[in-house]
Amino acid sequence: MTAPTQTRQMAYIAGQASDARVNVELETEGMTLNIGPQHPATHGTLRIIVRLDGERVISAEPVMGYMHRGYEKLTEVRTYPQVTTLINRIDWLGSFANEVPFILAAERLMEIEAPPRAQWIRTALFELSRIANVVLFLGDMGVQLGAITPVFYAFRDREFVLNQIEAVTGGRFHPNFDRIGGLKDDLPKGWVDETRGVLGRIRSFCDEMENLVSGNEIFQARTRSIGVIPADMGLAYGLSGANIRASGVDWDLRRDGGVGLVHDQLDWKVWTHPDGDSFARYWVRLQEVREACGMVEQILDGIPSGPVMAKVPRIIKVPAGEAYVETENPLGIMGYYVVSKGDLVPYRVKIRSASFNNVSIVPWVLRGVYVPDVISILASLYFILGDIDR
Amino acid sequence: MNTVVTAVELAYWQQTAIRSVAALVAVLIPAGTLVYLYLFKMMSFMQSRLGPMEAGPYGSLQLLAEVGKFLQKEDLIPRAADRVVFKAAPFVVLVSTFLLVLVLPAGPDLWFINVDTGVFLALAVSSISVIGILMAGWGSASKYSLLGGLRAAGQLVAYELPLVLAVMGVVIQAGTLNVQEIVLAQANGEIFGWGAIGNPFVITQFLGFAIFLVAVQAELTQPPFDMPVAESEIVAGYLTEYSGMRFLLFFIGEFATAGIFAALAATFFLGGWYVPGLDPASDLFNLIGPLVLLTKIVLVSFLIFWFRFTYPRFREDQLQQLAWKVLIPLALANIVVTGVLKVVF
Repeated sequence: MTAPTQTRQMAYIAGQASDARVNVELETEGMTLNIGPQHPATHGTLRIIVRLDGERVISAEPVMGYMHRGYEKLTEVRTYPQVTTLINRIDWLGSFANEVPFILAAERLMEIEAPPRAQWIRTALFELSRIANVVLFLGDMGVQLGAITPVFYAFRDREFVLNQIEAVTGGRFHPNFDRIGGLKDDLPKGWVDETRGVLGRIRSFCDEMENLVSGNEIFQARTRSIGVIPADMGLAYGLSGANIRASGVDWDLRRDGGVGLVHDQLDWKVWTHPDGDSFARYWVRLQEVREACGMVEQILDGIPSGPVMAKVPRIIKVPAGEAYVETENPLGIMGYYVVSKGDLVPYRVKIRSASFNNVSIVPWVLRGVYVPDVISILASLYFILGDIDR
Repeated sequence: MNTVVTAVELAYWQQTAIRSVAALVAVLIPAGTLVYLYLFKMMSFMQSRLGPMEAGPYGSLQLLAEVGKFLQKEDLIPRAADRVVFKAAPFVVLVSTFLLVLVLPAGPDLWFINVDTGVFLALAVSSISVIGILMAGWGSASKYSLLGGLRAAGQLVAYELPLVLAVMGVVIQAGTLNVQEIVLAQANGEIFGWGAIGNPFVITQFLGFAIFLVAVQAELTQPPFDMPVAESEIVAGYLTEYSGMRFLLFFIGEFATAGIFAALAATFFLGGWYVPGLDPASDLFNLIGPLVLLTKIVLVSFLIFWFRFTYPRFREDQLQQLAWKVLIPLALANIVVTGVLKVVF
């Protein structure tokens, strides 16, 4: 009686042993993939170390600093008017918006206020640089998902906005136009009418993107419920801008911040989206471009007359003190913490840029997604490398 | 049909030489046409650019310039690469392309081989390219290449099935696997007794035509099915490490295969070399047949490239779902309906 049982037991043990052997032999190793520093999708030099199991991401770690240019330190050896030249280059797609919070911080320290006309033009340029920045995102998101055509439309139509910025400031990407106490120059002749035409083009570009990109079934399949960031998690990681508004948080410094721009005198709306996925981030940005067009149009209608420069001393010495001013820039909240000791140069400038915080959520949000979604989520978070590393 | 009748007697080696040259022409002419017409020009116009304008009138010699550029480039082989496999891979892909062109008839007497299992042969040799792509992906010793090669293998195997099943309807309707006979069946067919335009199978097999085009798009790894070479994710997939002449071979292979698949679609569904209104047996078709076929290739590949320039790409799992859950059931249903109707009428 015992013999068959024993045989069966032995067979069972042998079977288990061979199974175990097979399992050991077939056990797969994870693969470490370096996405970047040079990679087509990072448009800059961001490196993301991804551990992969097949195509699934186990862990992702962004490595920053490949583009660190030491701007915070460099500002300490430049006079206040010279600093704007540097900080233009932080978020290079919406440069004028970089200058605004710094100038506002310096103005607060000096207790100067720009004349109303300067503030209105400043707001117009601020919103135009937002349009120039986000329009490129709207096309570039298509490229990241494999549609090559939208980005060409984005470049084509962004050109008109850049022309308008150039007409005022003389610089397409680095205007260096904002001054403590106002603006360098007044608007050129005919600019207001030309800008109205450009805003019409941008509006039709938004409609085009809605048809071509966000209305596309494949685009929706690739972005809906991908890279979902709940509101509390987004706030915990310090997300800002359209990224947090796409998670349903109704928070926009243009409305809530109350700094020296004229957004509170305009009629506009903060767009939010409840989903928090890649599609929501795209959609919110699309609406924000339209909203910005509306804002600029209202500004064009309502610019008050008057000087564009307040009375400021010829040599600018900022009184000792500290000021922190943050504004709602194209990529999110950008803030400058300026410490002055009463010199020609700032004693210390701390730059809080939006992309640095927006990227910090990458390890959390990329866990468990597929490699193609890594790219679409990164694209939808929309960071500029200069804005991460400074 | 199966005997070669020529005005002059040719030795075997002379026939072989002529066939080789003809095969080269049949592969390269559609490929060059498609690259210039669509990749250079149509894509540019769709993207509000002009495209190449300098080399020749309207950039028509750009193709030669590109070939010259690729030939001058250094043939880089990564140190860790499996050298033999790495070097052989582009040729394996090209073999598949050249074998495919064999079954295509371009006129009543213009064909390379006229076998009774032509459809079967075409669909069988089309999958050889998978091996070449896997070789490239594995032999490059690069992680991006490996991901791309494996993606390509999974994709090509999955879309082989809808491709074959979509053609089955045509085969049932024509009652033959011989490609030349399929063309003649369309040329001599009648639509309820009205034979003015023959009976191109796209009218009855429109579902098969659509499935075939989608599957071809996937077989060619073109957007929206270009995950194997997705440039924003895995740089260039299995092509990442290739440069110079070997990259050129892959490139030619890709576009020549696009042309030949378009030719297959034209032959199975649009009547091949036949144009309505003429006697399909007339000798005239031996002259204009190739041009008619080329025109139809250009028309069909317009669709292929239009999708290519417009759509974003699927994700790997979505692609597989589309193949197994949508295309294959649809193709099977198409076969059943075709079979029933064939018996009824």
